[in-house]
Amino acid sequence: MFRNSYDSDNTTFSPQGKLHQVEYALEAVKQGSAAIGLRSKTHARSTGELATYQKKLIRIDDHVGVAIAGLTSDARVLSNSMRQQAMSEKMLYGRPIPVARIVQGISDKAQMNTQQYGRRPYGVGFLVIGQDETGPHLFEFSPAGTAFEYYAHSIGARSQSAKTYLEKNFESFENGR
Amino acid sequence: MNHHPAAWGRPLPASASFDMYNPQFSAPKAAPAHQMPVAHTQQPLVTGTSVLGIKFDGGVMLAADNLASYGSLARFKDIERLHPLGPHTVIAAAGDMSDFQWLKKELNAILREEQALSLTDSHPSLSPSNIYDFLANLFYARRSKMNPVWNAVLVGGWDRVKAETFLGYVDLLGTTYSAPTLATGFGAHIAQPLLREAFEAKAGTDGKGPLMTQQEATAVLDDCMKVLFYRDARSMNKYQIATVTKDGVVISDSKSSETQWGFAEDLRGYGAQTQ
Repeated sequence: MFRNSYDSDNTTFSPQGKLHQVEYALEAVKQGSAAIGLRSKTHARSTGELATYQKKLIRIDDHVGVAIAGLTSDARVLSNSMRQQAMSEKMLYGRPIPVARIVQGISDKAQMNTQQYGRRPYGVGFLVIGQDETGPHLFEFSPAGTAFEYYAHSIGARSQSAKTYLEKNFESFENGR
Repeated sequence: MNHHPAAWGRPLPASASFDMYNPQFSAPKAAPAHQMPVAHTQQPLVTGTSVLGIKFDGGVMLAADNLASYGSLARFKDIERLHPLGPHTVIAAAGDMSDFQWLKKELNAILREEQALSLTDSHPSLSPSNIYDFLANLFYARRSKMNPVWNAVLVGGWDRVKAETFLGYVDLLGTTYSAPTLATGFGAHIAQPLLREAFEAKAGTDGKGPLMTQQEATAVLDDCMKVLFYRDARSMNKYQIATVTKDGVVISDSKSSETQWGFAEDLRGYGAQTQ
């Protein structure tokens, strides 16, 4: 990344069509220690083992949890918002919130911060795992406001080696442990 | 609406209500200057009378007549008080009909939103018990604000996930109740004993025996609606029955009961005789 005149304003595109502030926020995620997640037909698991003293896993509800990589304060605010939304939906409808919807909730929230003057993007990425009526799920949430579903994924520092291993072996996770 | 300059050009997103640090939601609302609590308790104006509900083997049936009264005036005589929600749920409402119309609009909007979300995540639609929990929360919240939704509602449906029937009652006080037979208003006094008698004839007093057949359930509902027409001064002899099974919702055409009024001939002041 080069420092240039397009990177201090969240609401200014660069001539290459990039939002530099969002790119830098993604860097903050890459600087956090690694978090890995994977799922089979029946289970979803995540872990953050290289961060010895930093709590990486946050329980959102009985059926949803997140592994964080990046700014822990931003992680706290977003996970609190997820907890409130999960609790509200459980009370209102008597059923646990579908995982895709709670992820969509924070994605919309994070995207707003990339399109308003004076606000900065969240500096944390999540691997959201959960189980609902449609089975186990693994999502990656990023400060850009995107959320994609994966069979296996990893984020954070030195996550590439994990990604390479997962790419080779994820098909065996489907039915096994 | 928030007209403060700091909020200009910022429409409120759906996630804002979960935002702990947004002063619009976290700051306590200023108390009104006159110190009296704000109360909107209403009186119902155009009303529907009893609604009945019964479980049978493989489904649920709800019955309601087609009358919306204006006090003692039988004002609107072709109102449908049974409303399907999604493929496997029916609600039926007694009480204020304008509140029922509002309820229908709200519930249709929620279901439509769920359907739209399901396009992306293929999540199953709201089950009858989910809709019921939502209604129970709504009714209790409104009563707690002293602004009730002036209805008594029966929710009946088929839960596809659990493969079982659902029947629940919720009213303007936020009271919830679930049983194999349910009735609101006058029906609770007159029809409920008849419904329970028919139910317990097959299922026993502990309710553990077999359920009625669909024909038996129709027969007992027809009988109850006839008795209610005889005895409820705010009823009409034209009603519909909604049936929900795993195959979906069917709302019958309006039907009427055969009634005997010949006894009135012998009463002074009624019939053809003069005093």
